[in-house]
Amino acid sequence: MSKAAATVATARDGGALARLARWLDQPKVLAWLMLGPAVLYVVAFVGFPFVLAIALSLSDATIGDPSLDNFVGLSNYATVIQTDAFQLALRNSLIVTAGVICLILVLATLASELLVYSFRGKRLFQTLFILPWAMPVSLAAIVWLWFLDSTFSPVDWILVELGVLGPGSPLGPYSHMYYLGREWLGLASTIVADVWRMLPLATIIVLAGRLSIPEERFEQARIDGAGVFRILFRITIPALKPMLIVAILFTSLLVIGEMSMIEILTRGGPGHSTQVLPYWAYLKGIAGGSLAQGAAIALFLFPFLLVVSVLALRAAYRAQEA
Amino acid sequence: MSVLELRALEKHYGRIQAVNGFDLKSEEGELLAILGPSGSGKSTLMRMIAGLEKPSSGDILLDGQSVLGIPPRDRNVAMVFQSFALYPHMSVRDNILFPLVSRKVPKSQHQAKLDEVTRILEVDDLLDRRPTRLSGGQQQKVALARALVRDPELFVFDEPLSSLDAQIRSQARAELRELHDRTRITTLYVTHDQLEALGLADRVAVINKGRLHQVGTPRELYNDPADLFVAGFIGNPPMNLLPLDEHTVAGLRPEHLRLHADAPDGDYVLDMQVAIEHVEYLGSEWLGYGTVQSGLADIDQQRQHVVARLPASIEPRFSPGEQWRFVGARADVRLFDRASGERKASQAGVAA
Amino acid sequence: MFLSLARKTGFYGGIGFLTLFAILPVLWAFLTIFKTSGDLYSIGISPFFFDEPPTLSNLVFLFTRTNFPTFLWNSAIVGVCVVAITLLLAVPAAFALARLTGRWGEHSGMAIFLVYLIPPSLLFIPMYQIVVWLGVANSIWSLVIVLPTITIPFCTWLLLGFFRSVPRTLDEAALLDGCGQFTAFRKVVLPQVYPGIGACAVFAFSLSLGNYIYAATFINASAARNISAGVPTELIRGDVFYWPELMAATLVVAIPLAIAYGLFFNYLVGGFKNAT
Repeated sequence: MSKAAATVATARDGGALARLARWLDQPKVLAWLMLGPAVLYVVAFVGFPFVLAIALSLSDATIGDPSLDNFVGLSNYATVIQTDAFQLALRNSLIVTAGVICLILVLATLASELLVYSFRGKRLFQTLFILPWAMPVSLAAIVWLWFLDSTFSPVDWILVELGVLGPGSPLGPYSHMYYLGREWLGLASTIVADVWRMLPLATIIVLAGRLSIPEERFEQARIDGAGVFRILFRITIPALKPMLIVAILFTSLLVIGEMSMIEILTRGGPGHSTQVLPYWAYLKGIAGGSLAQGAAIALFLFPFLLVVSVLALRAAYRAQEA
Repeated sequence: MSVLELRALEKHYGRIQAVNGFDLKSEEGELLAILGPSGSGKSTLMRMIAGLEKPSSGDILLDGQSVLGIPPRDRNVAMVFQSFALYPHMSVRDNILFPLVSRKVPKSQHQAKLDEVTRILEVDDLLDRRPTRLSGGQQQKVALARALVRDPELFVFDEPLSSLDAQIRSQARAELRELHDRTRITTLYVTHDQLEALGLADRVAVINKGRLHQVGTPRELYNDPADLFVAGFIGNPPMNLLPLDEHTVAGLRPEHLRLHADAPDGDYVLDMQVAIEHVEYLGSEWLGYGTVQSGLADIDQQRQHVVARLPASIEPRFSPGEQWRFVGARADVRLFDRASGERKASQAGVAA
Repeated sequence: MFLSLARKTGFYGGIGFLTLFAILPVLWAFLTIFKTSGDLYSIGISPFFFDEPPTLSNLVFLFTRTNFPTFLWNSAIVGVCVVAITLLLAVPAAFALARLTGRWGEHSGMAIFLVYLIPPSLLFIPMYQIVVWLGVANSIWSLVIVLPTITIPFCTWLLLGFFRSVPRTLDEAALLDGCGQFTAFRKVVLPQVYPGIGACAVFAFSLSLGNYIYAATFINASAARNISAGVPTELIRGDVFYWPELMAATLVVAIPLAIAYGLFFNYLVGGFKNAT
């Protein structure tokens, strides 16, 4: 018997266990074995609760009576939409997310452009730069709460020292801005704090895109006499498009779903003027006990987010293939 | 030492036909080169033989036994990848021993095997290094040692020289041939470089677009190309392919294109006026480039370019801008069918 | 690369601006930790200097007189468990998607993103019910069970990028050398992505530490709280803020994590590069 024939024989030999092992080792079978646990977990703990969330929002469940036996249709949505607090929360969620995206886009592009080069102390810079992202959000919020404190804010002190705040200065007679006590200033402060927190992650994503652009393209542009800004707008940003979209998606999903920033900075106030959707869902659903209405508030943006994300991702993939 | 045989082998990805009805049989212990331009389907072919891809239809046999159902781990085909694919996290020693460990060869045999292959390939002093710290040539030797250590039935080389520097390539080529002569393991050598294929292999299979065009010794391929593709692919510069009439193309190697003045009497199939365009001196030879002015069938309304090769010892008498009469002898000219590209079977009038 | 003076100024100006933006609030927090309350709550003096000598008493107070050590311990247990579960599920899944599922797996990055679309803010209400059914409400195990919903999709996605950056010829060489698919994964491919797995571990750990909404929803008992929910609820008593302790709690967590992130910074970038 030739060697090949012998190999065939050994392959078919072996006990039931060996045969099973070989069967399991086929790419298609193994793929499901390796993928299975993660898929099952996600179905059980994301898929199922998601369906449950939809069911809850169509019921009249409360914390006291969490059963789903009473189907009430879309009435929770109808009730919720009519309240001022919800409308403000929706408006603010959109404003904050949009504001964060705009600032992040500019700053992440800038930061990634700088991080392409090597310089002395780059490691230290990377570590300091990523600090905000390394903090638990709620603690980052507390840092900002203290940083923007109504009486002791060092920002106020700096502004006073610069002569732009205080009696007889452009920003008014008081020597405090009360950042978190006013509607628009409160929202602006939230945006800045969110940008501060999300910038490191967004930069990492954009930098990943920046580093995949072949260096020759920049050299060619430089040889052709293009300046810094022409290169940025004609070469870098178009090539970054897919990764910018990914960065936007990550940032906005993390910002729009985060409640502790607002809960700690303004508690949604004054009144509901800085309320956002997740915190309002929490207040209604858990603190207020109406699981059904809370679920309706939380679900409200989902269809919108789904459509926007799918469109954005398709654009990103297309841009990447081009 | 085994015989590899491919029967009507096909592979398509969706509508794309990568390998198209392939029949090929190796001799025992031969070094068979698979030569084709990039995209010709040669790597698909090689991956099917190694078991990394399943053919769409057809059969692959080793020593008369089909190996189609056998996963790569049991096929005992060793492959040397273009990138060498050394395991970066293992020392050279562990890289070489890996096939033995994976195949559960008893530990007692490891050292003897290791000694044997490291001696053959002269990598004894590299054993404790990491592959990333090796030069290209050293990596290639380690990859060869890893392939050799388990006495494969069949070697498959995927362009093993293409990631080496030009200076050491010819030396590596010689070493590969030496290694083959020593082990006599049947070897499939896949390459797009005809110099490698012709210089190294016992026989060469020329493929293009998934089709096998010709199998033969380097000499056969050069002297008797089976069709227009082989004629136009083998040789550098390749054959001059010139339309004789509506149905026939004449192929003539550049070294066979002669000045009429040098040999006024002869049996010539080709007789043309050529306008010389430029002349290159390449050290060992001269190459003269020109366009045919008259003497050919005017079929495409296209100007035909020709190349003539002269040994460096003969100073060319022609220079750019001049017109000269060139001829091709009947014994040197190969005729092809214009439509099918096939070699014209009957060389009746020519051979005489 | 040679930089002209103008570009050099712009470059270091940009670096300076970003550094300042990132660390100004942190710097303020850092100074606060070591200030006596007399120094802290006096108006009109520079907040960036020490008027009274720095003190360690706030740190001591945090570790001895508050529940912070318990929170820290709970966060650590949750973090380690979540990282373990995440890697156990995400590493094989990412390999399967990168190597075994063919064309179908190539677009899996997008599918994983869709899981991300269902954020905690949408799930916490039904998740609260599930946690109650499972009988783990008010215990840290509720977080161990639920937090991988955030980390698994993310880490699978990132690991997909790491696996894709390993040349396929490496697995193929292993297959030809006599390995099965799984052995090729374990012995040859997996060792190539160890740094990526490290980066994922840091990421998963910090995400598990940072999640607030689940921790605030599921757990009421002080002894079972973790840092992100425990510190805001217990170091802020109504109107009384223990500022130096709050800042200390924040930086005690953030600085080691930032250093870990700093070490894996380039690997993270590499992961994102190949993931999309």
